[in-house]
Amino acid sequence: MGIKNMKETDFRDNETLSLFKKSGGNILLTSVDALIDWGRSNSIWPLTFATACCGIEMMATGASRHDFSRFGIEVYRASPRQADVIVVAGTIVNKMAPVLKRLYDQMSEPKYVIAMGACAVSGGPFYYNSYHVVRGVDHVIPVDVYVPGCPPRPEALLFGVMQLQRKIKLETIANPRKSPNT
Amino acid sequence: MKEVINLPVKNIEEEEYHINMGPQHPSTHGVLRLVISLQGEIVKNLKPHCGYIHRGIEKMCEKDTYPQIIHLTDRLDYLSAHINNHAVCLLVEKALEVEVPERVKYLRTILDELNRIASHQLWWCSFGMDMGGLTCFFYGLRDREHILDIFEESFGSRLLHSYYTPGGLLQDVHPNFQKRVKDFIKYFRKKIKDYDDILTGNIILQERTKGIGLLTKEEAISYGVTGPSGRASGFACDVRKHHPYGMYSKVEFNEILFHEGDTFARYMVRMHEMRESMKIIEQLIDDIPAGNHTAKMKAIIKLPAGEYYQRVEAARGEFGVYVVSDGNKSPYRMKFRSPNFSNLSALDHISREGKIADLVAIGGSLDYVIPDIDR
Amino acid sequence: MKEKILSLVPGAEFQENKQYVTFIIPSDKMRDLAMKLKNETEFSFDYLFCLTGVDMLKYLEVVYHLESTIHKHELVLKVRTAERENTSVDTVCDIWKTAEFHEREIYDLLGIKFNHHPDMRRIFLDDDWKGHPLRKDYVDEVNIVEL
Repeated sequence: MGIKNMKETDFRDNETLSLFKKSGGNILLTSVDALIDWGRSNSIWPLTFATACCGIEMMATGASRHDFSRFGIEVYRASPRQADVIVVAGTIVNKMAPVLKRLYDQMSEPKYVIAMGACAVSGGPFYYNSYHVVRGVDHVIPVDVYVPGCPPRPEALLFGVMQLQRKIKLETIANPRKSPNT
Repeated sequence: MKEVINLPVKNIEEEEYHINMGPQHPSTHGVLRLVISLQGEIVKNLKPHCGYIHRGIEKMCEKDTYPQIIHLTDRLDYLSAHINNHAVCLLVEKALEVEVPERVKYLRTILDELNRIASHQLWWCSFGMDMGGLTCFFYGLRDREHILDIFEESFGSRLLHSYYTPGGLLQDVHPNFQKRVKDFIKYFRKKIKDYDDILTGNIILQERTKGIGLLTKEEAISYGVTGPSGRASGFACDVRKHHPYGMYSKVEFNEILFHEGDTFARYMVRMHEMRESMKIIEQLIDDIPAGNHTAKMKAIIKLPAGEYYQRVEAARGEFGVYVVSDGNKSPYRMKFRSPNFSNLSALDHISREGKIADLVAIGGSLDYVIPDIDR
Repeated sequence: MKEKILSLVPGAEFQENKQYVTFIIPSDKMRDLAMKLKNETEFSFDYLFCLTGVDMLKYLEVVYHLESTIHKHELVLKVRTAERENTSVDTVCDIWKTAEFHEREIYDLLGIKFNHHPDMRRIFLDDDWKGHPLRKDYVDEVNIVEL
């Protein structure tokens, strides 16, 4: 049973989470896993990357009303080598796609991607009749969490970050997330 | 006695080298690539490379109907979304010779000015953050949330509303609208004094911005730099005063002009404009007439064949819409005269012979939004 | 003013019933007229506020919207090109500096070259992009998704 087939009530339930983890591996590894995953998920530092309108909502999420520093996103890192997650906020066009791929390649493992906004998820309002828009950022880089909306509310982005945290908590050392390039 | 031989030493700093302030950069406010030729720390030449967010909106408009185009104009300069919508609505109403109700004119003007204040708040917070004062980021966004709450109560979304439609508004505003706007004005008049305390009187800001990035009036006119950046050089270009629309001919407000043309003047123009916008809102908020929120329009809007041009004052300059119509429900050619495109063309000229460290201050004061450049 | 322009450029054609005073100018006379419009005090059109390219199927057109900040009058000039491929128009970017970027955009999206432009290359699309998207006969099966 993978993460995609779980019912939503089970997914949110913390007991199911711990049962899910216990079902694989021995007791020593699961405790170490729990510690490492707790550390990793509560301290995700994103890269400063905002292309268009969703960037403003991302800034608003980081501001004082919907503070996402309380979720562990303490500070934005300007250099991709130091960042953990890239929140692709805004439309990606044909000219920008190689730049995005280069940034993603420069990030070091473990790295995650959140596609924020309708444009990053699937091309958004620019799906039809545009000659220069990449219809969905998953044509360029592998995406972990999709946050729809145009632009998504700050609360929606926070829910997306929480989903990512749960996804990270399900990783184990015995089977680390393989990067698609290796 | 030894002779001192002076060999000619090649000064390495004399050579020019290029650096790339790439599309992903914390202070370019979007995806703009600047290739800067430097000699030591002095900027000799600057070439902007645009197109990293070129979505082909003008081509898309040729296949969409006029109410659908409103949704696309929202996403051009998303910080003055209402004002962009206003331009397209005014153009369609002028072409079809439709008279909108008074209530619509009042509400559109008030919402435009609220949008202008919100846009300048965001400008202030990112300008302060680029200078290094992180507190400004939080202050500006905290106060902006109050305006976004007003918008959310009436139209349901915070940033991109598509609320204006040819003929009027999509739906009437919430009954609480008037009270909330008045409360906001009272709140913000106190807070804007904090803005002055933190940043305007700050000696670091003044040293970093006075005398930097000069733009004379003739150059501003030649480069087409309008809006607060143009008015800081003495170019009187406020479309609200010279080609009034909406209720602007019936309210009293000053056109803020400074003559120094440096970064500090561009900063002060925007601070004063926030106060002028509040003055305009105060004159209009008590007298909103009752009435319909929209005029009667046909279901399918077809503009008569011909060319039309409409200009409005967006938060960053003069926004223009030029339509060539052949009588169909989609325009034959739609062109957006975007203020940031012209403002960017002056960046090369302004930043020459300045230091690279001043480039961030100059870019912040010109206040460009990249999707508006690339359309 | 209409009469003065007609006297300066005898080949100009006045268009009736437009929002602003509109003339169609032959492309070889455009540059001289532009210099006179900027420099002579009775005109002093110093502000070029919009520079557009339009694809009118049989020909391509460049539309200049001019305004004078001193006399507060506006003028629209249109220049038509004879053919659709390999056309060129004289540049005005030394007269009004804002034209530099606008002319690059028209070249990028419509394919009209401007003579004596300091930097005639594409501005939005990649340098090796084939075609000019804003033309009416632009077909792109790879990129465009039709509704």
